[in-house]
Amino acid sequence: MDSPKMPTSSASSSVHDNPFMKPMEWVSLAILAAVILFVLPMVLDAFRLNLVGKYLTYAFVALGLVICWGFGGILSLGQGCFFGLGGYCMAMYLKLEASSVENTKIQSTPGIPDFMDWNQITELPWFWKPFHSLPFTILAIIVLPAFFAFVIGTAMFRRRVGGTYFAIITQAIAAILTILIVGQQGYTGGINGITDLRTLNGWDIRTDSAHNILYFVNGGLLIACILFAQYVKKSKLGRILVAMRDKEDRVRFSGYQVASFKTFAFCLAAVFAAIGGAMFTLQVGFMSPSFVGIVPSIEMVIYAAVGGRLSLFGAVWGTLLVNGAKTSFSESFPELWLFGLGALFIAVVLAFPNGLAGIYRTYVEPRLTRKVKVLAPAEAGPLPHGTPAE
Amino acid sequence: MFGDYSLTDLSAIFAMQGFAGLILFSVYLLMALGLAIIFGQMGVINMAHGEFMILGAYVTYLCSTFFQAHLPGLFTAYFFVAMALAFLASGALGMLVEWSLIRHLYKRPLDTLLATWGLSLILQQTYRSVFGAREVGVELPSWLIGSVQVTDMIEVPINGIFVMAVTMLITVGVAFLMYRSRFGAQVRAVVQNRPMAGAVGIDTEKVDRYTFGLGCGIAGIAGSAFTMIGSTGPTSGQLYIVDTFLIVVFGGAASLLGTIASAFSISQTQSTLEFFLSGSTAKVITLLAVVGILMLRPQGLFTLKVRR
Amino acid sequence: MNAAMLHSPIIGESPDAPKFLLAVESLTVSFDGFKAVNDVSFYVDPNEIRVIIGPNGAGKTTVLDLICGRTKASAGSIKYKGTELTKLSESAIVQAGVGRKFQTPSIYDDLTVFENLEISFPRGRSVFGALTFKRDGEVRDRIEEVANMIFLKDQLTERAEFLSHGQKQWLEIGMLLIQDPELLMLDEPVAGMSVGERIKTAELLNQIIVGRSVLVIEHDMKFVEDIAHRVTVLHQGKVLSEGSMERVKNDPKVVEVYLGH
Repeated sequence: MDSPKMPTSSASSSVHDNPFMKPMEWVSLAILAAVILFVLPMVLDAFRLNLVGKYLTYAFVALGLVICWGFGGILSLGQGCFFGLGGYCMAMYLKLEASSVENTKIQSTPGIPDFMDWNQITELPWFWKPFHSLPFTILAIIVLPAFFAFVIGTAMFRRRVGGTYFAIITQAIAAILTILIVGQQGYTGGINGITDLRTLNGWDIRTDSAHNILYFVNGGLLIACILFAQYVKKSKLGRILVAMRDKEDRVRFSGYQVASFKTFAFCLAAVFAAIGGAMFTLQVGFMSPSFVGIVPSIEMVIYAAVGGRLSLFGAVWGTLLVNGAKTSFSESFPELWLFGLGALFIAVVLAFPNGLAGIYRTYVEPRLTRKVKVLAPAEAGPLPHGTPAE
Repeated sequence: MFGDYSLTDLSAIFAMQGFAGLILFSVYLLMALGLAIIFGQMGVINMAHGEFMILGAYVTYLCSTFFQAHLPGLFTAYFFVAMALAFLASGALGMLVEWSLIRHLYKRPLDTLLATWGLSLILQQTYRSVFGAREVGVELPSWLIGSVQVTDMIEVPINGIFVMAVTMLITVGVAFLMYRSRFGAQVRAVVQNRPMAGAVGIDTEKVDRYTFGLGCGIAGIAGSAFTMIGSTGPTSGQLYIVDTFLIVVFGGAASLLGTIASAFSISQTQSTLEFFLSGSTAKVITLLAVVGILMLRPQGLFTLKVRR
Repeated sequence: MNAAMLHSPIIGESPDAPKFLLAVESLTVSFDGFKAVNDVSFYVDPNEIRVIIGPNGAGKTTVLDLICGRTKASAGSIKYKGTELTKLSESAIVQAGVGRKFQTPSIYDDLTVFENLEISFPRGRSVFGALTFKRDGEVRDRIEEVANMIFLKDQLTERAEFLSHGQKQWLEIGMLLIQDPELLMLDEPVAGMSVGERIKTAELLNQIIVGRSVLVIEHDMKFVEDIAHRVTVLHQGKVLSEGSMERVKNDPKVVEVYLGH
């Protein structure tokens, strides 16, 4: 259709353009990518780099929370569930590979995971069997959490459950899953989790070089996820999420099925968390219920909050910073860490609701843009720095 | 599964299991009462509720040690002193927390959740630094030890009866306070229409502070009663927080009767299942049932239909 | 009741050829025993401007809530172009062509005026549609056209939070306009406006009601007299009187409960 161009249309279209990323965002991405893919690998030893790799797997969860909580206002306190689902799927595959008949011939039933043998289980349970296949495992890592999030999301959002209720229910689900995993140790490895993982399709994941390669895979996947999240944020769907957080009824009476949009955000967050969980299993070499329950689930929320709940890049920085602090505190003053973490929760809520990204926007960016403007008078629109979700 | 038991055995088992359920009910109800006030009436999610409870438990522990060392003559009655002190200590801490933290966040319930979680971590570490990481237990006065023989197969422990009695007393007290007293009327007025309540001369900030303090104080008493039947560690509170929130939500957040009914049904389901299945499976099934029902009926068991 | 007698004979006979754009019949809703709306019937013609008046608590807003699906009816029916609305979801009702403005301005503070209007643009309303929505020339032109009408063409890149109260009301009207509904429901569109804004709003409303039916709740009698084709008076959840402003004004029952003091 050849629409008659209004005279104002072409002039204002540049203002209303919706570029995938603003110049400053490209710079942020470049800095983040450079730090993860070049700076850290150069300055850190193998042990520390593997540690950062572990942190990066948490960043997937924080990234999902930015979409779901920051933009959508839906706070899930059960992200550990999805992290765990992804992690356990991967761990089951690796465990089966490590439990070949040859490796386990001293067991009373060779060919099944050692903890099953210890629990007098003599046959591989049905739900373990498909995890002999790597393609199935990869599919399950994505599909299983998405499906669970879809069921939970649909059930709850259709009935207009939101805010605090949703937080409590998701927290309860995290608790249930933990109790289930710990209680069914014959099928899940119990409190110790699934350990002694060795190879991925024949490739030994325990060596330093494997850790190194996994670190880069991890960083690459994370950046891919950031780009996808950025696409969602920039799409109309991203704006609808923000609009919904603000005035849910208005969105509903603009003809949108609010529940579907919330479910989408929740599913996306779940899938991100699951990818993180699967990468965790690979990078660290085990998976246990201590990454599933209430405590880790809430702790992951603080990563996003410290980074700035509305900032995709902030989520990654926040995760790295909190975990870096945790590690160095726990090494030198283990007593102080919980005080520090507790104070961090309170401070970030009371004083810095928009986290690092908020501080950056208020104090650093104005000066930077002033300098940038001197160099090239580019149009830098105001970034959304919304009120904290209710 | 019933084949191995005779009819009398079975009835005795159910009676005993039912009684165990009643003790669990008392514990749940005591914890949920404080939360029903804070969450149900004020809409504040206090994730540190368990830690307020544990504060009451530690106060009771201190009292027990103090009376043993200095006032052995009055040891038989120390528990009543401990309960009063537990109420005061937790209530005072609650009011302090309301003043310094909660009141800044009334419009941001999810942020309150995060902030109080931070508070709970700080309190846990404080308990650990002061009382050590190991669980502590209190010495029971002699009259609370032993059990009452109901029939030759059924016997019920005295401390359990005592906890139930305390629960009943406090429940009646809370019901009276919330629905029959001037303070309760003020609390409900503030909940329903804050600006209007302020306009008719109610000091809404003061009401908030006292309501929060009251909820925390009741948690303190719950913790105190808790020491009668279990030991206390720095993280004991965290173990119960999910159950407590589920009970309050399941009952319909603003309804005291609902809280009682939901604490009763959840505890009875769990303790009955526990006899036939392992403890963890019973818990999983109970919680799953509650979450499932809440997904279908998110408003809880007892709620009114109102224009949104 | 007289209102029902005036209009009812045709409806129900031939649902295939509805004469009315909106037919509300025996609508009842009770909240915990209290009947906020009690056996209300009225009919809106195509292109009619109907104003609902009544004292506080008469059930005016609840009637709008019922029509747009925000509240579910206990009994009765709401037929829009022959379609029963009581069984549809809110979004389906909107997509059928019913638009609703809320009492307090309901806009998205965190988004720009442009983005506010864009969200109301009736395209890409599914999850997938929203993900792949393109901000093309058609969207831009339509938004600028509407922004011109609602006096906000210079504020398009501004965050909606910074608009004045009157501008927020206009923005919400604009958001409805871009949906292009056949039935437009406005809840107190001039409440809280200055005199100047009020005149501009009346002008705006007169402009946008062309070609659609409008259902307005309003307290400002001057405003009502200016725009209303017919008036329905609600009192304690029931229709008290209905007809032209002139007729309603002289109805002794109405005078007693509402206009008299």
